[in-house]
Amino acid sequence: MRGFTKISLALSAMLVSVTAHADYAWNFPEPVTPMALDTLHVHNKFMLISMAIFFVVLAIMIYSIFAHRKSKNFKPVKDHAPSTATEIFWTLIPFVILLLIDFVIMGIPAYHSVVMMEDTRDKATMVVKVTGSQWRWQYEYMDGDAKGIKFVSNLSTPKEQTDKGYEGKKDEQYLLEVDNRLVLPVGEKVRILMTATDVMHNWWVPQFGSSRLAVPGFLRETWVQVDKAGTYRGQCKELCGKGHGYMPVVVDAVPMEEYKAWVVAKKEEMAKASAGADKEWTKDELVAEGKGVYEKNCAVCHQITGAGLPPAFPALTGSKVATGPIFDADGKYLKDGHLDRVLNGIRVMPGWKALLNDTEIAAVITYERNALGNSVGDVLQPAQVKAARQ
Amino acid sequence: MSTTTVAHHDDHAEHPTGIMRWLTTTNHKDIGTMYLTFSLIMFFVGGAMILGIRAELFQPGLQLINPEFFNQLIGVHALIMIFAALMPAATGFANWMIPLQIGAPDMALPRLNNWGFWLLPPSAILLTLPFTLAMFGIGDGALATGWTFYPPLSVQGGIGVDFAIFAVHLLGVSSVLGSINIIVTLFNMRAPGMTLMKMPLFAWGWLITAFLLVATIPVLAGAVTMLLTDRHFGTHFFDAAGGGDPVMFQHLFWFFGHPEVYILLLPVWGFIPQILETFSRKPMYGYKAQVYSFWAIGALSVVVWAHHFFTSGMPVPALLYFMYSTMAISLPLAVMFFCWIKTMWKGSMSFETPMLFTVGWIILFGIGGLTGLVLADVAADAQYHNSYFVVAHFHYTLFAGGIMGIMAGVYFWLPKMTGHMYNEKLGKVHFWLTAISFNLTFIPQFFLGLAGMPRRIPDYALQFAEFNMISSVAAFVLGLSQLLFVYNIVTCIKGGKKATDQVWEGAQGLEWTLPSPPPYHSFTEQPTVK
Repeated sequence: MRGFTKISLALSAMLVSVTAHADYAWNFPEPVTPMALDTLHVHNKFMLISMAIFFVVLAIMIYSIFAHRKSKNFKPVKDHAPSTATEIFWTLIPFVILLLIDFVIMGIPAYHSVVMMEDTRDKATMVVKVTGSQWRWQYEYMDGDAKGIKFVSNLSTPKEQTDKGYEGKKDEQYLLEVDNRLVLPVGEKVRILMTATDVMHNWWVPQFGSSRLAVPGFLRETWVQVDKAGTYRGQCKELCGKGHGYMPVVVDAVPMEEYKAWVVAKKEEMAKASAGADKEWTKDELVAEGKGVYEKNCAVCHQITGAGLPPAFPALTGSKVATGPIFDADGKYLKDGHLDRVLNGIRVMPGWKALLNDTEIAAVITYERNALGNSVGDVLQPAQVKAARQ
Repeated sequence: MSTTTVAHHDDHAEHPTGIMRWLTTTNHKDIGTMYLTFSLIMFFVGGAMILGIRAELFQPGLQLINPEFFNQLIGVHALIMIFAALMPAATGFANWMIPLQIGAPDMALPRLNNWGFWLLPPSAILLTLPFTLAMFGIGDGALATGWTFYPPLSVQGGIGVDFAIFAVHLLGVSSVLGSINIIVTLFNMRAPGMTLMKMPLFAWGWLITAFLLVATIPVLAGAVTMLLTDRHFGTHFFDAAGGGDPVMFQHLFWFFGHPEVYILLLPVWGFIPQILETFSRKPMYGYKAQVYSFWAIGALSVVVWAHHFFTSGMPVPALLYFMYSTMAISLPLAVMFFCWIKTMWKGSMSFETPMLFTVGWIILFGIGGLTGLVLADVAADAQYHNSYFVVAHFHYTLFAGGIMGIMAGVYFWLPKMTGHMYNEKLGKVHFWLTAISFNLTFIPQFFLGLAGMPRRIPDYALQFAEFNMISSVAAFVLGLSQLLFVYNIVTCIKGGKKATDQVWEGAQGLEWTLPSPPPYHSFTEQPTVK
């Protein structure tokens, strides 16, 4: 009965949404880049042509179905292959129409669209590198004032909402919200370099109309030019493991002045974080900081309690790596020790070297050793991580 | 005494009974029956998996299955439906009908035929065993990469990937054996007077399919073997760190994968016109045009593979080439649509279940074809790619174009195979339930794709909720309606109104000259074709 109510609710909601968001429910979302606009035009034009063909042919079939039936005593005629010039002409007409649709009406604009889509460099004013990892995006600004800005963007929908069996209210942007958004200036052509660290991902915002595979070990490129300020949401579009549904893309497109202010603020924030790496931290500070880092980045696999999901994702509680020594007698970090594992990863586990800063790595390791049921008691300082990187 | 022995020997009617009959049989009808039964069982196994998925997607949030299991279900569903439901169904028809249609006593290579079938059950077990093993704590379940095996995800995956690789090897061997058998049969065992251009269209469809299988299955087998060595023996075919390229796998996979679509469809395109001519009571229009279209599609199918991954990155000339060559496929396909409709035009039609399925098939497959045309547009494809738009598109081609076509064939030939008529009323109910619930399942998915829902996600944002709910409900109706199909088949095998030799008033061809059901050993006297 409950299911039935839900279905009728859904059906009525759908009928309402037809009138309320006619543009959104039945077609692409509002395009905000030249590419997306082009795609929408191609799509609309082609859907009209397809439907015209479909309904004309369907009408002919339906007429035949009703007129040429045995129950109406219709006597079958004898077909003969087209032989006279007129007959051949008529038979060829559908063929010619199709040739025209394929290679002229659709084919010529398609050529220009491809050329536009692949022209990533011409008139591009800035470069952003997008790196896909299981299961988060990393953004790095490659040039201009923003050069050096680099951050990780994680799903920020509260964990309990995405848990199995959660029945409560969900956020409005359920599964489509992140902690750090990519910020781009409006009206600028941005060349996007795409790569991945582990498996393939695909960075996709429907309103941008471009998507490109992120292939580990290769750089692919695409571009966006957002012409309208706003917040745009999308998702990873290439199956990348169990977290595939949980790596959204959120982009804030803002006017140039706002973008410049954001760059300045972001740089200050980064300078502060890097200063933090040089100071001496207490164990409690590190554990407190590490809890946040752990829950955001590690808990997907190793679970919030540290119990893991064996056999694929081992437990950290009582694990040999997380409770064993980090450094050898010479002060170099041990191969297959805790720090090595976090920096470089192993098999399914990604290396975090490029994704987390020194403080975050020090904090998360200290947290794992002194929480989650472990009590090794030692402290890893950000300065030690910094040294280990060299 | 000696005369009786000779006579006895001639009709080959003696065979072991019970399980040994089926294990050792070299009879084309027995093997055909086993293929069709296997296909029907696996259709339900694959269907049950996808109903699990649709139940999970009924509303946002995770309710029933966790993401790891979700990823396993989608990939194994696809592999089962393609390799264990659709392909064996087509091979089953080939075994049953090709010898009857060309006037041959049996297939050319009967022992190979037996082996070809008996490779299938072990491969189905290999494919699904990891699910069971995981329940006992061994490994982490089945293949979780989708049916496409893309590395590096498949290199990272658990033992399910290895099981699936070996399953694909066995399935591939089975398909190649079946294909060789069909090619040899068609080239050597046609009745006197039956030239290639007089061969029934179903045989033509299968001939092209068989050549495509022989040409492309080894490429797939090679690709998954390279994957296997990447996983276990330290090679780097698909690993950039060792000089390899993950995208190369996509090229190899789809070099097989695109022809595979036509491998599944060509046999159906073969018998659909035969059903049309039967129920239109007039010979099919444009036999030669359709045969040439088969050739054209067969040839084009092996040169368009990269349209499955336009977004993976390719040079502009490559993008343009694959776009235009893909569009060209619409030309032979349009010729076939023209011939199908012209066959119906001014016929004397009646609408028994096979004809209903055929007409529904033409319409729904038409939708699949037209949406495929716009997918060929590289720039627009960036938007459609890996969204639910594509999911809806290929279910129009493979469920409507494949499975509904096979169902038309089942209703068409079932009276010939069993000697009984099926329940016509039930058949019609089955058609209408299937057609309506199919559309209600997949039309919402077109809109989901346009709105921006990626495929293969276990949970989704709130704006996708309504369409998913409709799609899930309709999917369950679609799944449950298929129980009518099984009931109808089973009761038809057990008994029912006796079928005549010709079965259908307008049926043409050698298979309808034999009694229904045909004797265990078909054609004791070779027929001739004028």
